[in-house]
Amino acid sequence: MCIHLMFSPSNCIHFNALTKCDVHGLEEGPADTSVLTRDQGLGLYRSMQTIRCMEQHVDLLYRQKLILGPCHLYIGQEACAVGIEASIDKADHLITSYRSHGFSFTRGVSVREILAEITGRRGGVSKGRGGPMHMYAPNFYGGNGIVGSQVPLGAGVALACQYRGNDQICVAVYGDGAANQGQLFEAYNMAALWKLPIIFVCENNRYAKWTPMQRVSACTDLYKRADYIPGLRVDGMDVLCVREASKFAKDHCQSGKGPIILELQTYRFHRHGTADRHPSYRNEAEVQEYSNKDPISRLAGQVIHANMTSAQEFEEIDMEIRKEVEEASQFAITDQEPPLHDLCNYVYHNSPPLKIRGIHRWATLVSIGNTL
Amino acid sequence: ITIMAAAARFFVRGAHPKLSFSGVCASAQRSLGAGLLKLSPSCASRTKTHKRHAAHFTFQPDPVPTQYGPTQKMNLFQSVTSALDNTLASDPTAVIFGEDVAFGGVFRCTVGLRDKYGKDRVFNTPLCEQGIVGFGIGVAVAGATAIAEIQFADYIYPAFDQIVNEAAKYRYRSGNMFDCGNLTIRAPWGCVGHGSLYHSQSPEAFFAHCPGLKIVIPRGPVQAKGLLLSCISDKNPCIFFEPKILYRAAVEQVPVDAYTIPLSQAEVLQEGSDVTLVAWGTQIHVMKEVANMAQEKLGVSCEVIDLQTILPWDIDTVCKSVAKTGRLLISHEAPVTGGFAAEISSTVQEECFLNLEAPISRVCGYDTPFPHIFEPFYIPDKWKCLEAIKKMINY
Repeated sequence: MCIHLMFSPSNCIHFNALTKCDVHGLEEGPADTSVLTRDQGLGLYRSMQTIRCMEQHVDLLYRQKLILGPCHLYIGQEACAVGIEASIDKADHLITSYRSHGFSFTRGVSVREILAEITGRRGGVSKGRGGPMHMYAPNFYGGNGIVGSQVPLGAGVALACQYRGNDQICVAVYGDGAANQGQLFEAYNMAALWKLPIIFVCENNRYAKWTPMQRVSACTDLYKRADYIPGLRVDGMDVLCVREASKFAKDHCQSGKGPIILELQTYRFHRHGTADRHPSYRNEAEVQEYSNKDPISRLAGQVIHANMTSAQEFEEIDMEIRKEVEEASQFAITDQEPPLHDLCNYVYHNSPPLKIRGIHRWATLVSIGNTL
Repeated sequence: ITIMAAAARFFVRGAHPKLSFSGVCASAQRSLGAGLLKLSPSCASRTKTHKRHAAHFTFQPDPVPTQYGPTQKMNLFQSVTSALDNTLASDPTAVIFGEDVAFGGVFRCTVGLRDKYGKDRVFNTPLCEQGIVGFGIGVAVAGATAIAEIQFADYIYPAFDQIVNEAAKYRYRSGNMFDCGNLTIRAPWGCVGHGSLYHSQSPEAFFAHCPGLKIVIPRGPVQAKGLLLSCISDKNPCIFFEPKILYRAAVEQVPVDAYTIPLSQAEVLQEGSDVTLVAWGTQIHVMKEVANMAQEKLGVSCEVIDLQTILPWDIDTVCKSVAKTGRLLISHEAPVTGGFAAEISSTVQEECFLNLEAPISRVCGYDTPFPHIFEPFYIPDKWKCLEAIKKMINY
């Protein structure tokens, strides 16, 4: 791919000839140009690199047996979370699957709180109760373990936005495996019927755990799956493409046209989960091919080539990130676990505290359920 | 070395030939790895809770069965594979399907079967539990033997409607004209030490409330193979829950040929005179240990019963035992309210009211979702069971 650049005096670059999106149900898709300022470029880089570094630390923590619970790393897919966040507002809403660490970060959870949650400590964003999958933030509804369950939820959030007339949208993220869940089609139908302001984002990393997408999907054009909902297929390894497509999608929703599907073609460099032991359902050549499309080095290359910064500045950023992540990691393994009495809290909303039965009739714990 | 290789793979040189990003996080990892190994002193002393902990039970193998022919050492997932192998060999209509089963399954239960029997008999489905079970019901009703795998019991709920409203009621509503007795659903079940909310659940109680289904849970490889083969040949839709924590941990000498263990027959594993202990699956191994502890520490003689079939359950064996001992303790990981222990407890007090020396005790999970970090405190371990026995004896 050849990048055509136009230099403008305001220290920003116009990238022409981004990979064009495949379009379904629309006259045209997003333009194949992107305007990027130096600050934006560095910001995108920083976000992606932070996620990358953080996830690699998580892998190390897992090997040290310091992590309970199933853990799914986002390595390779950083452009998706970062590109989407760059085009929506903090006031917009987002919900995703169990591969949630990237979005947790972009939606505002600190690295420290993410890592401490993964190791199950009280300093974690969910107070150590959720573990690697279940992280939350304002307007970020998690982190969902059951495949596809988050999509009807996302439609509901979009309905609430529409009802309240606040011009906000919801982004519901799912994977190629979830694309075959019945509940998605129920959500598509309702969203289209009521013109809900929702962007359905399918992070197609080509594998539902160990099974290649084409073996279990009669239609592999996941952006066309809801025939009556327009869709775009986007290069998910290019953060600028994701950003432009997301902006386009947000405009589409906010102009009252209803839902839209974005299929982001991406790849996870890691296994499905850190506990995975399947020897080889993907071949090395394929993994290498996609490694060569690493979104972080791609953006860095584009920004340096455009003379917006130098390799040295990137190295300095990397060192800052590394320091931040290492400190967060230390916190995550030294912080205290949540207190035992927290086991029974937040089952219900209740006031005064409720007795929770369990173990045997002589052992009850008291549950509090009020939001603080 | 593996980490470094992986890091090298992740970090490739960028678009610009002069750039080299391979140094970036690779070097981060080198120093980080060393840093992480130096845990703080307070951490080292709390290794029990914050490291993935050892199991709360010790698997106690059954004696080698002699009545079924030659045996071979197998763990639980291998015994399941063996049962499926026997089935595919003897029943030409049998098919196995589910998510990722073609490679051998996430717990290796179907390893080698696709190569041996063909991809039309062992195949992957898309990720759609409701579809998998609905499809399985159709296959079964049309006369083929359908063995559906749900990847974790925690994911069975989208299929709940199909199981409860279709599978369970087919024979009843058609006046015996149709049935889906050829359907068996298998799912990994129960706590595993690090499963957290969605890889640890024990949903047998939800299905126990549904007449028309059979629910079976084995305690080890020998039982698993025999019970699974019974489920497959049984002319009713069966749900077979496999304790996932036992897949590798449980190793026994298992007969190589096909054999069946009858359904709806509880097994008295150990006779006793003072307390009846009832459990199923992994919890049986906890109970066996509890029985030993009760004998040693309290001089209490326990009778241990493995229920095996949850629905329809063997009321006679349990009641006969309670009539003898006068005390009953039932234990399961699932939350206590509405758990299957409630059904057993209620029935036993109806049948054996005057025999009871103490209220029936249920030692179960708390009424909360299955927790993440709190798992060791949540599960009904041997100490809690022993405590309950003490209270019953001293009632």
